[in-house]
Amino acid sequence: MQLALFIIFGILAVLGALNLLFQRHPINSALSLVVVMMSLAVLYWSLGAEFLAAAQVIVYSGAVMVLFVFVIMLLNAGPEERTHGSRAAYSAGIPGAAAIFCLLSFVFLKERGVFGLTTIGGDLSNAADNIAEISQMLFTKLLLPFEVTSVLILVAILGAVVLARKEQ
Amino acid sequence: MSHLTDFEVFLLISVLKVAVVLVITLTCVAYTVLLERKVIGRMQNRWGPSRVGPFGLLQPLTDGIKLFLKEDLMPLAVERPLFVLAPMIALGCALISVSMVPFGAVTRYRGVDLFQVADVNIALLVILGITSIGVYGIALSGWSSNNKYSLLGSLRASAQVISYELALGLSLVGVVLRTGSLNLRTIVDVQSTHGLISWNFFGGFQFVAFFIYLMAAYAETNRAPFDLPEAETELVAGYHTEYSSMKFAMFFMAEYANMITVGCVATLLFFGGASSPFGHTFHFLDTPVFNAAFSIFWFVAKVFAFLFLYIWVRSTLPRFRYDQLMSFGWKFLLPLAILNIVVTSLALALRH
Repeated sequence: MQLALFIIFGILAVLGALNLLFQRHPINSALSLVVVMMSLAVLYWSLGAEFLAAAQVIVYSGAVMVLFVFVIMLLNAGPEERTHGSRAAYSAGIPGAAAIFCLLSFVFLKERGVFGLTTIGGDLSNAADNIAEISQMLFTKLLLPFEVTSVLILVAILGAVVLARKEQ
Repeated sequence: MSHLTDFEVFLLISVLKVAVVLVITLTCVAYTVLLERKVIGRMQNRWGPSRVGPFGLLQPLTDGIKLFLKEDLMPLAVERPLFVLAPMIALGCALISVSMVPFGAVTRYRGVDLFQVADVNIALLVILGITSIGVYGIALSGWSSNNKYSLLGSLRASAQVISYELALGLSLVGVVLRTGSLNLRTIVDVQSTHGLISWNFFGGFQFVAFFIYLMAAYAETNRAPFDLPEAETELVAGYHTEYSSMKFAMFFMAEYANMITVGCVATLLFFGGASSPFGHTFHFLDTPVFNAAFSIFWFVAKVFAFLFLYIWVRSTLPRFRYDQLMSFGWKFLLPLAILNIVVTSLALALRH
């Protein structure tokens, strides 16, 4: 059951990502990205990471992507012109992407013992509540990275305010 | 049904639950419209619908027939797929979130809970997530209509919903802190021990959170006094100007279904859900049948009170101005919600 969900939404995520690249109109691309985010949320869920799935939906699909769509609507961006990029992009980009893909899958497959394994839906069947564990981890072991990220986002907000401020 | 396996029973009951909840929700939506027209009519010193059936009770039926039989116009310049998709997103999201709501006491038949479609550990977050996806329905409808008024309406709606979502989410944190869980059943169980005084609103001192939630929820569902996205004096009809027939009806139903969901969540989080306000005072009524029947009665009564409050507010308050709306959300509700979290967590920390 959960394996079927995993396969269906895995394929949906890949298709959404491809659609994001091939669509001409920015709003269609943004909506494809929403599909990718939602499929990822289902994948997290099928791996037992419930809280992560909900956070993915609320933060990415519900807030970040709504802002994307909002800005596209506000600027009324039309369909983009298709250009034939530079030759370097074709000659270096495709092999480069393939190389990164191969490298990542090699590392993940080779070092899977170190990363640890999870079973599909394994943690869902006994209905463990993993929010407490996540917050324990986040506020004790990973406190410094967590706080640094928050400060980083704050800096970004301040930068946006400075840029958006009208000249006196 | 004894020859069926457990999985078959689960499947059958689940399909049945989904069907029954869907039908009941849609009927409630239809009759909430009638309730609104009746109550506003009375408050404005007129009758409201009274011609069709006794007391106008068949009015929703005739409204439904009218909307079905209307011509489904589609302007030539619309972005066709998104124009069709938008009302579906709006209505779909509005209806899905009802599936998380436990609307009665735990009543099991062969291990399957009868009064809740899906018991999820993070039900509260799921409801918030689905509500935030519902914004796409409004945003896309305005953009794909290719109409300035629609676009303005949907821009207003998206900005308003994103802004008030923060206050809404933060107002619920106090309740979650008290419960220590996001499971709606657990949240209700914590409040059902001593009746009225153990509800989060009274015993949990979450009334500030409740009022923040209430105001943010009115803005989230685009209802008066925050109904700027469809302010008819400025924007014709806002984001659904170009919609007709069933597509318009879907937006309409989505709005009322959202109202019902908000009422359900408020009931569950602040007013003890399906638990009785008298707690276990009446011991002699403590039989399974009475428990099941009364729990549903209390739940429906509480949700009905919220719907009535919604309508009351709509017929009483004038519409906000846009800058007032934004500054109210960001400069008043949000700091208040954060303050509520700080005070609640301090109180909890001191008590432990």
